Amino acid sequence: MGAVLAKKSIGPVRREFVPWEDPDHPPFIEFRNVTKKFGDFTAVNNLSLKIYEREFFALLGGSGCGKTTLMRMLAGFETPTTGQIFLDGQDLAGIPPFRRPSNMMFQSYALFPHMNVEKNIAFGLKQDNMPAGEIEARVQEMLRLTKLEQFAKRKPHQLSGGQRQRVALARSLAKRPKVLLLDEPLGALDRKLREETQFELMALQEDLKMTFLIVTHDQEEAMTVADRIAVMDKGELVQVATPGEIYETPNSRFVADFIGDVNLIEAKVMETSEAGTRLKAGIGGYDIDTAQTTDASAGDTVWYAIRPEKVRIHLGEPGEGTVNQAGGLVWDIAYLGDMSVIHAKIGEGDHDVLKATFANVSRMVEQPITWDDKVVLSFDRDAGVILRR
Amino acid sequence: MDEPVTPPSKKRSLGSWALIAVPYFWLALFFLVPFLIVFKISLSQIAVAIPPYTPAFDLSAGWQAFRESLSELSLENYVWLTEDDLYWKSYLSSVIIAAVSTFITLLVGYPIAYGMARSPAAWRPTLLMLVILPFWTSFLIRVYAWIGILKNEGLLNQLLMSLGLISEPLTILNTNIAVYIGIVYSYLPFLVLPLYASLERLDGSLLEAAEDLGCPPWQAFWKITLPLSLPGVIAGCFLVFIPAVGEFVIPDLLGGSNTLMIGKTLWVEFFNNRDWPVSSAVAVILLLILVVPIILFQNQQQKMQERDG
Repeated sequence: MGAVLAKKSIGPVRREFVPWEDPDHPPFIEFRNVTKKFGDFTAVNNLSLKIYEREFFALLGGSGCGKTTLMRMLAGFETPTTGQIFLDGQDLAGIPPFRRPSNMMFQSYALFPHMNVEKNIAFGLKQDNMPAGEIEARVQEMLRLTKLEQFAKRKPHQLSGGQRQRVALARSLAKRPKVLLLDEPLGALDRKLREETQFELMALQEDLKMTFLIVTHDQEEAMTVADRIAVMDKGELVQVATPGEIYETPNSRFVADFIGDVNLIEAKVMETSEAGTRLKAGIGGYDIDTAQTTDASAGDTVWYAIRPEKVRIHLGEPGEGTVNQAGGLVWDIAYLGDMSVIHAKIGEGDHDVLKATFANVSRMVEQPITWDDKVVLSFDRDAGVILRR
Repeated sequence: MDEPVTPPSKKRSLGSWALIAVPYFWLALFFLVPFLIVFKISLSQIAVAIPPYTPAFDLSAGWQAFRESLSELSLENYVWLTEDDLYWKSYLSSVIIAAVSTFITLLVGYPIAYGMARSPAAWRPTLLMLVILPFWTSFLIRVYAWIGILKNEGLLNQLLMSLGLISEPLTILNTNIAVYIGIVYSYLPFLVLPLYASLERLDGSLLEAAEDLGCPPWQAFWKITLPLSLPGVIAGCFLVFIPAVGEFVIPDLLGGSNTLMIGKTLWVEFFNNRDWPVSSAVAVILLLILVVPIILFQNQQQKMQERDG
């Protein structure tokens, strides 16, 4: 790695809540060297992870990365091949799903089609032999919380997708589990509803003071809701950090590429010092001067990851003292409404481009940059990160 | 999300009318017309003639003669059915035997269907094939084969005696027990297939959700699996019960002389007594008895379709 970063958390961290920075803080959920194999396939490979009480934690990764398997092991639907899982200090080995203090919201919602909304929500409470009056009160509370009061007597097939999603949420919350497991909870909703629901989930988690564990392949969703994100690939954790850290200081090309858009510049280390590192880009041959120190030595090949919104575009000569310049030709422009993405060609190949974005802050103004314009791209000394893997 | 479905426009083209007319025409020709003939015979009187009843409609005799023969029709045979207790006893006994065997078939068939639906997906076509396989042999021969198994010196008794479980052969053949065995064996596939279809469709995540909410698997069966497979149970039970009520071959071959079933009574009436009018009346009443469950069955099917749609 070699990236020496400021110790302060990057990006907005919700509340004064950073238990992961205290090594003595007891974890609420702990995976200890957990491996899960299905035949020859290793779904989860010797994974250790700590999740803290009241944390909103996201498992993020592509399909088949093992994130769902990890959650299902916590719920008890899969048994680890080796390793241990602890919840609130208790080893979960041998405890069947129906005795575990966690509840899960299923991707398919798994609502019982022969029961109405009320009965679906009350199902888990009845299992616990809760007195009828308390069940009634809890169900009403859940209906209120999820704004489903007027649908209490409806059957699932009489509800819209968004309403079903809320019933599933209400049902999994009704028992006040120690941890709520959310398996791609918003996957079936359209974009607008999904964004709204993300904020509702966050508010809910804040109000209920519960631990939420969400599995998702949608990086925006993970960034929006989570206190911390674990990026998974091939059954292993690649990086576990806050959304801001994941975005601004990815620890690998995989994470940089998975989260958001990024320019990954292959470069050679020219000079290292206490004050920073100097690199030479492989394509375009321009110098990159960064404030970041690295344990790579001169001559090594590294990658410099820089987000498109941190790349500035100059028409004509940039001003005095502009560091990290690369000349190029405007190759493609994508107008997205709120912003535009420029692909500037800096090498011979079709894919030798640097991506830069700019916000379209004023309306009805002719785009200042057009195809085949000669431009200079520049970025600050601390705009990107050096990656060694 | 769930947009209301716009009903198709009321106007139908000639082509679509023709398409709808074909099955109705088929039903009218092969179900309604024969039924009307049977119904007419049931209102006639027995006679030593060919055909063995009067009046026989003679369309060549003209309208007047037709009206006269109409006036000869009467409900006498139906009155007769109420006077001789053989008939209502046969009906009652048939319904009881059919109901009991349907219940036993359900007890045997549910685990089979459940096991099939829970088996690895690769096995299912084979298991399904095994259920259907007996249909490749004639029904009559399969029922006949049970005689060889159930009779006093049959395979079953030989086996039980060689195992030392019994010392005297059990009398099973020519009793109601043999009839139950025959019906359960013969109609099992009719129950297993619809039940399997509804169990296989059951979303496995529902059971996981139940378990996740604190419901042990054995309770989840009663609370989730069974209620959701009820349409399959009902469909399967009707498919067994309805033909079993009118069953003739099984009670005739396996049942004893005191096994009373309406199918047998009808046979005797028709072939031994050559009383076409009374046997027709028996058949009409049998149909009426079965129409009630058939209508219930269809209502239930419709409800299910509406729910799925």
